[in-house]
Amino acid sequence: MPNQQHSTPGAGVSRRGFLKGIGVGTVATGLLSPVGLKDALARENGFVGPGEVPVTLNINGQNRALNVEPRVTLLDALRNRLDLTGAKKVCDRATCGACTVLVDGHPVYACTLLAIEAEGRRITTIEGLGTPTNLTPVQQAFVHHDAQQCGFCTPGFVVAASAFVREHPDATLDEVRHGLGGNLCRCGTYAGMMLAVVEAAKAKGGA
Amino acid sequence: MHAAPWPAAEKRTLIGQRIDRIDGPLKTTGTAKYSYDINRPGMLWAKVVTSPYARAQIVSVNLDPAKAAPGVKAVWKDDDLSEVQYAGQIVAAVAAETEEQAEEAARAVKIEYKPLAHQVVDSDPARFDSKKERVGKRETGNVDDALGKADTVVTGEYGIPVVAHCCLESHGQVAEVRGGELYLWSSTQNVSGYSDRLGDEVDIPQNKIHVECQFMGGGFGSKFGYDKWGVISALLAKQSGRPVKLMLERDIELMTAGNRPSAFAKIKVGAQKDGTVTAFETDVWGTGGMGGYGPPPMPYVFDRIPNTRLSSRGLRTNRGGQRAWRAPNHPQGCFLTMSAMEDTAAALRMDALEFFLKNVALTDRPEIYTEELNRAAELIGYKQKSHPRGDPRPGPLKRGLGMSIHTWGGKGHPSDCDVTINPDGSVTAKLGSQDLGTGTRTIIDIVVAETLGLPVEAVRVEIGSNAYPPSGASGGSTTVGGVSASSRLAATAALNALLEVVAPKLGVTADALEAAGGRIRQSDKPDNSISWKDACALLGPTSITKRGSNNPDESQKLHLIDEGVGGAQMADVSVDVETGIVTINEMVAVQDCGLVIDLKTAESQVYGALIMGITYSLFEEAVYDAHTGRMLNADMEFYRLAGIRDVGQLKVHMMTGKGYDERGVVGLGEPPVISPGAAISNAVANAIGVRVPELPLTPDRVLAALKKGGMLA
Repeated sequence: MPNQQHSTPGAGVSRRGFLKGIGVGTVATGLLSPVGLKDALARENGFVGPGEVPVTLNINGQNRALNVEPRVTLLDALRNRLDLTGAKKVCDRATCGACTVLVDGHPVYACTLLAIEAEGRRITTIEGLGTPTNLTPVQQAFVHHDAQQCGFCTPGFVVAASAFVREHPDATLDEVRHGLGGNLCRCGTYAGMMLAVVEAAKAKGGA
Repeated sequence: MHAAPWPAAEKRTLIGQRIDRIDGPLKTTGTAKYSYDINRPGMLWAKVVTSPYARAQIVSVNLDPAKAAPGVKAVWKDDDLSEVQYAGQIVAAVAAETEEQAEEAARAVKIEYKPLAHQVVDSDPARFDSKKERVGKRETGNVDDALGKADTVVTGEYGIPVVAHCCLESHGQVAEVRGGELYLWSSTQNVSGYSDRLGDEVDIPQNKIHVECQFMGGGFGSKFGYDKWGVISALLAKQSGRPVKLMLERDIELMTAGNRPSAFAKIKVGAQKDGTVTAFETDVWGTGGMGGYGPPPMPYVFDRIPNTRLSSRGLRTNRGGQRAWRAPNHPQGCFLTMSAMEDTAAALRMDALEFFLKNVALTDRPEIYTEELNRAAELIGYKQKSHPRGDPRPGPLKRGLGMSIHTWGGKGHPSDCDVTINPDGSVTAKLGSQDLGTGTRTIIDIVVAETLGLPVEAVRVEIGSNAYPPSGASGGSTTVGGVSASSRLAATAALNALLEVVAPKLGVTADALEAAGGRIRQSDKPDNSISWKDACALLGPTSITKRGSNNPDESQKLHLIDEGVGGAQMADVSVDVETGIVTINEMVAVQDCGLVIDLKTAESQVYGALIMGITYSLFEEAVYDAHTGRMLNADMEFYRLAGIRDVGQLKVHMMTGKGYDERGVVGLGEPPVISPGAAISNAVANAIGVRVPELPLTPDRVLAALKKGGMLA
């Protein structure tokens, strides 16, 4: 009887082969300041890993240097290495949006990006968007319209909504429905969310 | 002196208002720390190894390759387990320096299985060995006689599948052993009782187990106990001497951490020409996986139908065990009953609303259901939009209305609360409860602030730890009654102690005083007063701490709390008969729950329940493959939750004011999630002219029903 383990997608792919497959060299040429990673790539003939490599991530305006294995996602780097736990790990498969962060101003699922791919890009997490005593208009609207229950999806929604209202001042309910279709909530806070985002978009439009 | 019952309507300044949840700013900024977010110094990551087989004998488990893997600090296997009973069952676990190393080490564990025959299909009871069924029977009146005498007998088959909890924060905890004591940061609905009996399993004295849960990402009935993963994380922490984080992967959570039992039924309804139902016969079966099975309450709500028969079969399948799922057994009973009732109305060519209003006489609260159904009809525009079964208008888009009614108990649980008034005027309420996202923190704050005549900001609420006075588990809509009664009793006792100190200063006796508007004042001469801060300064160096204990029966006599609610919901749907796609245009929920403490978070509960209901009506089903016995959609791509685009327009109406408020506080979390399945299914039948017998109402099921009804070209 062969040994059977619970399978995980990608389990059979070697890390080295995987990185070769996606062409890390190509990614690296686009990086602005790949301090550690560039050296590692040169040293390793265009391959990195499987061990940890140094990367510098620009998060909420600060450069953070850390060592991660190439397979580590941006989400895991944020949560496990930098203790930035606002982005949540829920589906880990680019479905639910709970890990949404802004990369160069655009909403991105942090579980779909490797940390090494994020080097040289401007990353904004929920921790960079207001504090409990200094809420952004989107956050204020979320509190006012009670667009949260357990709150586990809330940071992802707030980040996605923040990007949405910037691009859609005076958004209609219908536009909000489409604009926030990439995030999921289990408690069912969509009713408050629609009102909150419309209100925040109005505030933004008037600003 | 002030007695505990709630202040009169005209005296309330906070209770019943729309008040923002006090932890909203922490949640919207990502500052709120959930169990999954706890990172302790030197913490290891644990991953579990689960069975790929639905049933198999475990021949051997070899942990050595995992032990030798990079970064591994501790390993565990279940020595008592000789046979796995479902795919996804935990067999072994590892803890390593990084999450990636733990994943790799988990894959290195060598387990030899000998697969055995399994059974995962629950829709066909003929597949089951009848010896393994749990059978139940119950009869009232004489069903055969009543069916024989009925003007119409309607038969139907209906089904509602197993669905998962899919809490966005998966199950798990961080465990740390320090100085022989166990510290747990657990995602739980039950901080006070979570670790009961865990001590023996991990060989740590029960009173040395500390449980904390400040924020938790959804439970819905699936997070009451420490579970296997609680034991594993504690043992790995002991073995390694390091803190350990073990949160289940999404697929394992969906397969292992609980499900809602299915219910399939053959139903026979006997009715008179005028619509009065005289007999109701149910033959129901379903599965709770490897857990037990209790049949849904049938007929649901219409308890006074004179002749009823219920026969039930619980089918044991090789799936994860059932757990309480928001309003256990009620959504199933409601869907089965209300579908059969609406089919009876259609067979009689009677308007569904007229039929329901006629038969509410057969429920325990006819007046309330009448009021709630009429209110729902008004809100959805029933008169203007309703039509007999089958939208007569041409074109592929058919529109229809459906309705349902439901009930729930919701009596507050035992709860202790300590309220402290300090000489500097600050106030703290402490209790071993937890906020699942329902607004528990906010409710406690409002009750204490209202009692002391203070603003919400003046009260500090400390919950989420078993170090605080014990409070019940948050299940069955028992929390709001439990904590509002205990905090009201504690705050009243603390205030009375303060009034005794203040009375001489104002030259009156304590019973002449009241707290209002941030002052202590003479009730009939408000100018004779002292500010809250100055009043508290009179305490000298000593704080006042008083405990309030909710004894549910006593509190019910005082009208602090009560039990039993009704609710009515209506759905307006469109069905594309070419594609089979169901769209929710609008849903209306009318709900009572006695005295509402915070109207804003109360409404959120109902909106959320409607959305959760739309989700299980249209999308949710744990799909199992009969051949491999595995769950085919153990991820969030294919175990689909409704998104913001799927929910249509929602209207919530809370029944409050005279007739409701005097009852005291009654639980609200469960009831509004009960009716959506029935209301939506009834609306679809009303739109397309045939019943789609099973939830969820996926396009294939809709098209199959149309085909069966001869309505598909």
